[in-house]
Amino acid sequence: MTTQLKDTAPLGRIIVITSGKGGVGKTTSAAAISAGLAKRGHKTVVIDFDVGLRNLDMIMGCERRVVFDFINVIQGDARLKQALIKDKRLENLFVLPTSQTRDKDALTQEGVEAVLNELKEEFDYIICDSPAGIERGAQMAMYFADEAVVVTNPEVSSVRDSDRVLGLLSSKTRRAEKDGAEPIKAQVLLTRHDKGRIEKGEMMTVEDVLEILAVPLLGIIPESTAVLRASNIGTPVTLDEPSAAGTAYENAVARLTGEEVEISVEDDRRPGFFGRLFGRTA
Amino acid sequence: MSLFGFTLRPRRAASAKTAKDRLQILLAHERRGGAETPDYLPALQRDIMEAIRKYVKIGDDDVNVRMDRRDDVSSLEINIELPEAAPKAKAGRA
Repeated sequence: MTTQLKDTAPLGRIIVITSGKGGVGKTTSAAAISAGLAKRGHKTVVIDFDVGLRNLDMIMGCERRVVFDFINVIQGDARLKQALIKDKRLENLFVLPTSQTRDKDALTQEGVEAVLNELKEEFDYIICDSPAGIERGAQMAMYFADEAVVVTNPEVSSVRDSDRVLGLLSSKTRRAEKDGAEPIKAQVLLTRHDKGRIEKGEMMTVEDVLEILAVPLLGIIPESTAVLRASNIGTPVTLDEPSAAGTAYENAVARLTGEEVEISVEDDRRPGFFGRLFGRTA
Repeated sequence: MSLFGFTLRPRRAASAKTAKDRLQILLAHERRGGAETPDYLPALQRDIMEAIRKYVKIGDDDVNVRMDRRDDVSSLEINIELPEAAPKAKAGRA
């Protein structure tokens, strides 16, 4: 139950975290960004759209507390309030888990719209964690979005899929279909960025990727052991102990909320030979 | 885990172990009857509400179901908020 009264109406901004390709860090990013937004005082909910392959609950660490899910709410079997899981660390952060047993057809456009409309009444940010691929779950996750974060690895198949997803964002979404609507604000979040490999010329640079995709950059998340650790313990990386990846996500979150933060490449690994000589400093 | 304070390795091992433990609990649960488990809850809730409504008037939002799965025990917590009229009726009877 909400006792906090705010003098302003909630922002109600819908942001989809998408990528096309699987395994690039969508759920990690959705968890880190939502926790980051909540940490800054914005009432935030993160929704899992990956029907049948639920994982956001594990990354958020609430997998044992799932009772009702998004599909139960769409089908009228449970109230939205009952399905929302309140985060144990931040009181203005909520998770709406998906169903592990139903199939994607349960995501009807009308159902998704009704749930999102109800959430808009109460939340500042509604983060939609898209499944991989470009089928129903992914389409529904992006359809009502105001803004999109396209998670991309500096790797050929990921960049190609991101390009495809950017095309869908500008054609197969409500903002694209509605006359006179402002188009979805799409931006790239570059994850698994490896400074060392880029310096050796083994990995495409940020500039390379941006030149190809031609959309603004939201942030650069370094390849980091902190990400695996965070997922192991079920804590968004922005709520775990400080790390380069956590800081990079926090900067991305600041940019999402309209703050101007310079984009830098964080790296918590040893810088080179001297670093290696003197051991771990992080 | 080590008693001798080698900080780096045990700490690394700790998070991997947490991951394995979490997965084992979750998967044991999902394999046992993952398909049925989440699905009976809406029906259970409906039945409970019907039973309560025989005696007390409650709204759809007054029932809260929470679940917590532990290693050996899972608990289902059902919280029913009774309307303000309920204590009055009780007082009247006393």
